[in-house]
Amino acid sequence: MRIAPIELLGFRSLLLLEHLGHAAFFGMRIVFSLLAPPLRFRRLVIDVFDAGVLSLPVVCLSGFVVGGTLSLLGYTTLVRFGAEQALGPLVGLAVIRELGPVLTALLVTGRAGSAIAAEIATMVTTEQLDGLRMMSVDPIEFVVSPKALALVLVMPLLTGLFILFSLLGGYMIAVGLLGVDGASFTTTMESAVEFSRDVAQSFTKALVFGCLAGLIATYRGYISEPTAAGVSASTTSTVVIASVAILVFDFFVNGMWGV
Amino acid sequence: MTPAQTSRGAEAMDEGGQQDFRVAFDGVRLQRGKRVVFRRLSCGFPRGSISVVLGGSGSGKSTLLRMIGGLQRPDGGVIRVADREITQLSERELFKVRDRIGMLFQGGALLDSMTVFENAALPLREHTQLSDSDIEAEVNRRLMAVGLSDAAGLYPRELSGGMNRRAALARAIVMDPEILLVDEPFSGLDPINVRRIEALLVDLNRHLGLTLIVTSHHIASSLRMADRMVFMVDGIAISGRPGELLASEDKRVVEFLEAESDGADERRELDVTPPLMRDGE
Repeated sequence: MRIAPIELLGFRSLLLLEHLGHAAFFGMRIVFSLLAPPLRFRRLVIDVFDAGVLSLPVVCLSGFVVGGTLSLLGYTTLVRFGAEQALGPLVGLAVIRELGPVLTALLVTGRAGSAIAAEIATMVTTEQLDGLRMMSVDPIEFVVSPKALALVLVMPLLTGLFILFSLLGGYMIAVGLLGVDGASFTTTMESAVEFSRDVAQSFTKALVFGCLAGLIATYRGYISEPTAAGVSASTTSTVVIASVAILVFDFFVNGMWGV
Repeated sequence: MTPAQTSRGAEAMDEGGQQDFRVAFDGVRLQRGKRVVFRRLSCGFPRGSISVVLGGSGSGKSTLLRMIGGLQRPDGGVIRVADREITQLSERELFKVRDRIGMLFQGGALLDSMTVFENAALPLREHTQLSDSDIEAEVNRRLMAVGLSDAAGLYPRELSGGMNRRAALARAIVMDPEILLVDEPFSGLDPINVRRIEALLVDLNRHLGLTLIVTSHHIASSLRMADRMVFMVDGIAISGRPGELLASEDKRVVEFLEAESDGADERRELDVTPPLMRDGE
């Protein structure tokens, strides 16, 4: 009786290792297919549009609201110590170094990552991927790689937009609503943010998160069970696993960068 | 069948009594979990013939087609397709074998992000150096052959079941395969579409000499079009000419044929001559 939980733990651990191995192998196949011709530029453009352009409204709106909220919360705390001039650096550093890349990655995973997983899983269910195989067309090269690359490409761009709209939201709330001096807000922010450290870290994170979201979304879709429940499970697991992976990797990137 | 009505496949089988199998299974075993799908499956599909695979739900008909296409590997045994043993081939090596095979999936398996024309043109764009105008001409020719000239610009979601099946057929034959695998082409179709698809398949066999392997529940169509029938039961295959299978005293075969064709009287009334041939072609 006491062995059962240990057996279960061992089984789960082996299953996790097996999935990690398969995912790593799957990722290598994506990389190799991207390095070898033909580059499926037309499909890449379509996938960039789906993952990037269609995510613009949610990313821009969320960025604006997050920046505004940071200004409101930061101001109510800073004003107690007469340090409201530090609001610009607070909003700038928080958004550029942490909230921008992390929240963008979570938003894009929820919108585009889940859509990619569902689309690939549906293609598995309706035998479209098998149809490609029977035409001697590699589904990884034809379907998976452009979608994974699209997520990698759009993540830094959307992160940049999220940051831009956050700063705009933060500025408008701080200056327009809370009466903070606009010049002071921007100049203190400019002097606090270092491009080589803060902005580079932000975009490095965005690239890493793009790779994670691209790999997890395509992998979960590709290994989906060919049933309606399989499509649902692949979509859910993509959001859950990718979100957790993004937060875990965020911790490690922060640690390696020396915060 | 009179000699004039005999299909090319049937001729190939008759000459010298030797059968030139384009696809052959030898002692193939497959188990899924605890369920044994194929116990020791051995059967062959002659070159240029129409072979219809019959059997109840879950008897492994679709799995058999997937194995021929290399989409499913057996646990044991040998599968020869176009003179190559395929069970040990890598995915890349299988691509070379699949170049000689077309497959019509039960649901069509058309890419839903592409129009009918783009779907049918895909194999040509991927595997040939043809110019756009040549591809357009070739695809239009195939779409005309399946009666879908007017549907080239439609997406799969805009097609009826019969149109979807015919569009998938156009894509399956666009590269002039030697072997055409057809999974349940008649399921869910009305009698007119059943006749239409049946006539198309027989026509392909007669005029292009394709080796057709068709899975079906549809006894009437199967008896009309088949040169050879393979009955899947209990993980093995019982095969023979339609007449031989009809005359079989094997209880499992008799029960299936009677149940599926809704009675023995109907079986006796069935005309085993393919429809196009009756039209005097």
